[in-house]
Amino acid sequence: MSEIPLKRRDFLRGAAGFALASGVGVGVGVGATAATAGPQSKPYSPTYFTTAEWAFINAAVERLIPNDGNGPGGVDAGVPVFLDKQMQLPYGHGAYWYMQGPFHPETPPTLGYQLRQTPRELYRAGIALIDRAAVHAHKKPFAQLDAAQRDALLTQADQGHLPEDSLLAAAFFALLLRNTREGYFADPLYGGNRDMAAWKMVGFPGARADFTDFIDQQGRKYPYGPVAIDGSRG
Amino acid sequence: MKPVDAVIIGYGWTGAIMAKELTDAGLSVLVLERGPERDTAPDFEYPRIADELKYAVRGDLWQPLAGETVTIRHKPGEIAVPYRQYGSFILGNGTGGAGAHWNGQQWRASPNDLRIRSVYEERYGKKFIPDDMSIQDYGISYEELEPYFDHFEKVTGVAGTAGGNPFEGKRSNPFPQQPMPPILSSQLFAKAARELGYQPFPVPAANSTAAYTNPYGVRMGPCNLCGYCEGFGCFLYSKAAPQTTIIPVLKGRSNLQVRHNSYVTRILLDSSGKLATGVRYIDANGKQVDQPAAMVVLASFQMNNVRMLLLSGIGKPYDPVTGKGVVGKNYAYQMVSSSTAFFDESVNMNPFIGAGAAGQQAIDDYNADHFDHGKHGFVGGAMIFAGATGGRPIVQMPLPPDAPRWGSGWKSAVRKHYAHSSSVATMGSVMSYRDRYLDLDPTYRDAHGVPLLRMTFDWHPNEYKMTAFTSARAGEIVSAMKPQRMSQHILKPGDSYDVRVYQSTHNTGGAIIGTNPSNSVLNRYSQCWDVPNVFVFGASSFPQNIGYNPTGLVAALTYFAAAKIRSTYLKTGGALVHA
Repeated sequence: MSEIPLKRRDFLRGAAGFALASGVGVGVGVGATAATAGPQSKPYSPTYFTTAEWAFINAAVERLIPNDGNGPGGVDAGVPVFLDKQMQLPYGHGAYWYMQGPFHPETPPTLGYQLRQTPRELYRAGIALIDRAAVHAHKKPFAQLDAAQRDALLTQADQGHLPEDSLLAAAFFALLLRNTREGYFADPLYGGNRDMAAWKMVGFPGARADFTDFIDQQGRKYPYGPVAIDGSRG
Repeated sequence: MKPVDAVIIGYGWTGAIMAKELTDAGLSVLVLERGPERDTAPDFEYPRIADELKYAVRGDLWQPLAGETVTIRHKPGEIAVPYRQYGSFILGNGTGGAGAHWNGQQWRASPNDLRIRSVYEERYGKKFIPDDMSIQDYGISYEELEPYFDHFEKVTGVAGTAGGNPFEGKRSNPFPQQPMPPILSSQLFAKAARELGYQPFPVPAANSTAAYTNPYGVRMGPCNLCGYCEGFGCFLYSKAAPQTTIIPVLKGRSNLQVRHNSYVTRILLDSSGKLATGVRYIDANGKQVDQPAAMVVLASFQMNNVRMLLLSGIGKPYDPVTGKGVVGKNYAYQMVSSSTAFFDESVNMNPFIGAGAAGQQAIDDYNADHFDHGKHGFVGGAMIFAGATGGRPIVQMPLPPDAPRWGSGWKSAVRKHYAHSSSVATMGSVMSYRDRYLDLDPTYRDAHGVPLLRMTFDWHPNEYKMTAFTSARAGEIVSAMKPQRMSQHILKPGDSYDVRVYQSTHNTGGAIIGTNPSNSVLNRYSQCWDVPNVFVFGASSFPQNIGYNPTGLVAALTYFAAAKIRSTYLKTGGALVHA
């Protein structure tokens, strides 16, 4: 992740916006809106996922974290963008995992991940596998199914009940779910958690990282919205 | 290479302590650290450090597993497979080692932890200890270690309340700093514990409460409960780490060199095998270097210490069939449980306000031999504590067990519970056993082609009994906190050791201290019985695990040995204890 540059200037600009917003008692600063409006204005073009895979990712993320009355959906929050960016980082290439063989996927699940696929390989294989199951069952790829059909296929993958390579399907689902949560709650600098909407939903103040003024106010509802690493405010 | 008086492998807590002690004594010292150089600035600067994904999920400060990991199996005879992704425990790397990104809970061992076999045999009879349980006394008393516990508390500026823990061994001085006021989750825990007749107290925290200058003249600043301790470096100079407490005074010393990105592959021995002549390492440019040294200090993480001894042919490897041999013997771990209280939405727990140790509260009634084990039928116990370490939402998202894992139901649960839950944990000891050990893996290798360490480990009945008992007590306290709901995660008989779930980085054993060469790798001064110019520091020296975080005991054993090395070994050389 070291290749993502820290926007120090943006942080300073955001910090100035923070002071201004506090001074006038506005909950959401004007600066914050300006800082986050740019990336949303043009649609994101995936650089790792193919068109078909991108359709799958959007359709799956929409079911894992749906857009409902409880807060932002995963797609609205930019989770697919997060996932595509992660595939291109060292993480996606398996640089964080020990990837030397031999591989023994037959060992108990409690001994952890034992497949030979890197994350980006697991996504490619897993998406193809679920799409084949969708076509087999419904004559349409996963992204074209209705919500209930998609949920049923994801549940089958999760529980290792797909007819083909159930071990890989389950491993893919586990990784997709884990990465989806990461993208939902990670700092917006990675492409997800757009406008810090997921943080706002639960009340997490992000990178504020200073609660000196609250050490003696335990139990009081924390009144401030989140701050991102680049200094923007949610 | 120009010979040095001492080479130190690793620049975490024990490496930094030994670098200080040996350079103070006038030796020429070379530290070889496998990872990069890291300091508060620029590596831990705000706001970049407040990044849950980068540090607490991906683990950018941890040992990169791609190049080196361990292999794990549950019992002898099975195939061990690599620990390919982080889960159960975290391995340190770079300046400060795991001490750069620890939580800062700094405990002393209980006096009876150090003479565990004797204590149980005296109180409950010899038959109380199962035949296959290979626990043993350290051969060092609490009284001998007390001055060093005390010194390390001053070096790290520990915040605590002297006398707060009624079960603690005698202390010669109060804690150097006052504790932080308890955070809400700890306040509720302490109130409930008092109602049940316990005496809760602040967890000893190596998080500075105020401006503080340690005995080395190094300054620390007040903790602001930022919520980024474990997995992170501290941007405030509040959490004690080697680089915030010891390393600043070592910089510029003419008799100290530190080489980073230097990966030691073996300790070199002379033809007799009884004397180390130096170390072989791969430098930052990938070149192999032989560094001569009169003395070798092995100060890396527990598992890496054991691996280095095995790779170097120092000491006889442990054989689980015959019970003979000592290197790799008595690997142990900890067994933890969690009890989570779910309150209604009027209770603002603000879980993001927290620290790894500051503001937390504990009870010690069911740890070590602080209670009568006679009727319970198990050895050991657990410290029970409460608090919040940060509430970072990717990893720290407490949900009831019946909450869906995804979909709208998951979102509802997240929204309802995130800010209104608190957790009570037990940190339980794990005993050592004949069939739980470390050796070299026959198949898997690191990026340099050197064999990985292999772990053979699973839980034993004693520990299931221990956690059932101590977790039930924790559950009673949580019930007394009167939440809407409570859930508990407790390992039960039949649950295998699961490497996918973070449990604790308190891995111990494999290069243990003991009273003679047949039961241990090291004598009481952490000196190898077989190669007396090699000293080994770290939790690898614990003959069994304890129900506390290990750093306090690790450091005390290191200072204890350093004092003897300076008073005696540097004058006489040779074995400090005659077998």
